[in-house]
Amino acid sequence: MRMTGRGWWITALIVPPMAFVALFIIYPIVAAFTYAFFDWQGLLRGDFIGLANFHKVLFEEPYAAWTRNAFTHNIMVFVALMVLQNGLGFFLAYALWRELPGARFHRIAVFLPVVLSTVIVGYLFKLFMHPLFGVFNISLRGIGLGGLAQPWLGQDSTALWALIIANAWHMLGFPTLVFLAGMQRIPTEMLDAVRMETQSEWVKITKIVWPLVAPSATVVFVLLFVGAFNWFELPYIMAGLDGSPYGSTDVLGLYFYRTAFGGVSSGQPNFGLGSALAVLIFVFIAAIASVITVRLRAREIQL
Amino acid sequence: MRTNLFRIGVGLVATMIAAPAFAQDLTLWSWRQEDKAQYEQFISTFEAANPGITVKFETFEATNYNTILSTALAGGTGPDLMMVRAYGGMEAIASGGYLESISTETVPALAGFAPTAIAAETMRSDSKIYAVPFASQTQLVIYNKGLFDANGITEPQTWDELIAAAQKLKDAGVIPFANGTATAWQNETVLFDLTSSIMGPAFNDDLLAGKADFTDPRFVEALTKLKEVSAFFPDGFIGLDYPSAQQLFSSGMAAMFAGGSYELATFKTQNPDLDLGVFAAPGKTADDPKLVSIYYDGGYAMNAKGANKEAALKFLNYVASQEFGQAFANSLNNISTIPGVTFDNPLLQEVSELNASAIPYIFLVNFRYGEPPGSVLEQQEVAKLLGGQTTPEAAGKAITDGLAVWYEPFKK
Repeated sequence: MRMTGRGWWITALIVPPMAFVALFIIYPIVAAFTYAFFDWQGLLRGDFIGLANFHKVLFEEPYAAWTRNAFTHNIMVFVALMVLQNGLGFFLAYALWRELPGARFHRIAVFLPVVLSTVIVGYLFKLFMHPLFGVFNISLRGIGLGGLAQPWLGQDSTALWALIIANAWHMLGFPTLVFLAGMQRIPTEMLDAVRMETQSEWVKITKIVWPLVAPSATVVFVLLFVGAFNWFELPYIMAGLDGSPYGSTDVLGLYFYRTAFGGVSSGQPNFGLGSALAVLIFVFIAAIASVITVRLRAREIQL
Repeated sequence: MRTNLFRIGVGLVATMIAAPAFAQDLTLWSWRQEDKAQYEQFISTFEAANPGITVKFETFEATNYNTILSTALAGGTGPDLMMVRAYGGMEAIASGGYLESISTETVPALAGFAPTAIAAETMRSDSKIYAVPFASQTQLVIYNKGLFDANGITEPQTWDELIAAAQKLKDAGVIPFANGTATAWQNETVLFDLTSSIMGPAFNDDLLAGKADFTDPRFVEALTKLKEVSAFFPDGFIGLDYPSAQQLFSSGMAAMFAGGSYELATFKTQNPDLDLGVFAAPGKTADDPKLVSIYYDGGYAMNAKGANKEAALKFLNYVASQEFGQAFANSLNNISTIPGVTFDNPLLQEVSELNASAIPYIFLVNFRYGEPPGSVLEQQEVAKLLGGQTTPEAAGKAITDGLAVWYEPFKK
């Protein structure tokens, strides 16, 4: 087929962006994948070793134990945030949508923390939870509950929860806003019809609102899933690269970074093992997120 | 006419060949951004003594320095001269074949250096030296002289005196030790700051000879004593991070800080009025040797594939000289590794005297060559111990078992 003038134009316009995407997006991803199949001496690439790096991070000690530990924490974070962030967000959105007194003010107040950078939130909560001068402990002592004052970030029983609370406080406004937008799309005729049938808020929520905000739920669930398994900034700022204390706040993101680039006290950076971990995290997130998306899409109703 | 052209041609070619010999430009890479002004000074001294050689000082961010350096060296764009870390950090670069090995023949001054300093920059696999070591760090106890005097306390000579002094401070409403262990690596420093004398001078040698491991009574005793003295750390110290701990000390709320000699400059900056003292934490009796724990920071190395290796070697000889060591100690307030250097700062003079009886900072010096690194294991187990989640015996065993994965002498 001969190229017409129009064809040349289209080619000339499409090739540069395609090349850009290939060079800066596809190439790095493929390169990261291939790194995982080589033996690395620090930053020096060695021989092709097949799946040995994957075997090592999944089945050989001490890596296997670290991987399990970090993965378990990611799951805990996902479940906890699903309740604290998305669950609470849904009910807050409902309250805002029902125009309870002060709704206009609260609509802004709830979203305000989302605007803050994670670095600031992490640092703030670290100060709040300071064992000596933190507002948590000072308040507890002030109301005569000094016995409950804890070194929140220093003990394995509270450290991960402290991070989860900080994250929920920070991001709560996001699911709230998405749910609220979903609720505002529900046609008034439908609500009027329900009001003829029942006065129960619970029935309205479970039978009408929840099914009709399904598209919003899909968005926030998938984003939370991806976010929970890529969790890095907050634990890095509040607990440090080692997931202090003794790995009780270690998550896959921190573990990957330590392995690939080396920590303050750890041995050599190992790109092979780091890339293997990155590939596993990527494949896991992509697979599960697709399943979640497909399943949740199926229950969405077209209005 | 023709001969003239020929002469000019010969002249040009000769100049081109000789040009590198006339202007030898070296680059020196470093992670010490904060020391740039002082290094410019050292370099101008060197340039004045070696006309025709110029050195350009370039700095990079400290935490990613090794990554940047090894990437540049692997890509063939590395510097002629560079600061490298010690121990495992140095080996990571040297094992790639990027560094030129040096010896007492090429850098004669190395013969006078302490063997432990040379060992820090020697690769274990080929026993060759790859850098001129520049500074040592000492783990010890720093104290606030004003608070000690106000409470009638002097430097303790026995472990019981240390505990008694801490108790006295606590009763007087002063926090005895400022330390917090929420920052992981602080779990490693406090052990060696406070219990090097309890471990004793022979423990490290026995470890390396395969005669002892971390279940050894000396190490278990050290952990027990650390747990005992941690009762005098601030409330909730396991949740107290490193910067807060430094603030507690420099603000005068706490009387002692178990830390490294590198803290001295920080404390002076945070509070210039502090009157500081240092001591080695004592052993059980006054007769036990009082030991500090020591390690080396890094060294100056040259590129094996550099263009001006002769000039680079001259620079390495300069940084191994006493003249440089003295300037380094005076202007950077660091403990130079060069023998015969004296210190203007009386505190540094005292630290350098304490260094005469020292044990190595064991986990960094000997156990960071495999996964899991000894430092990580030690930090986790000490954090558990201080948090009341394990016993000294169990912690010692967990460290030994963890290291047995890669450390041959511990394999049973």
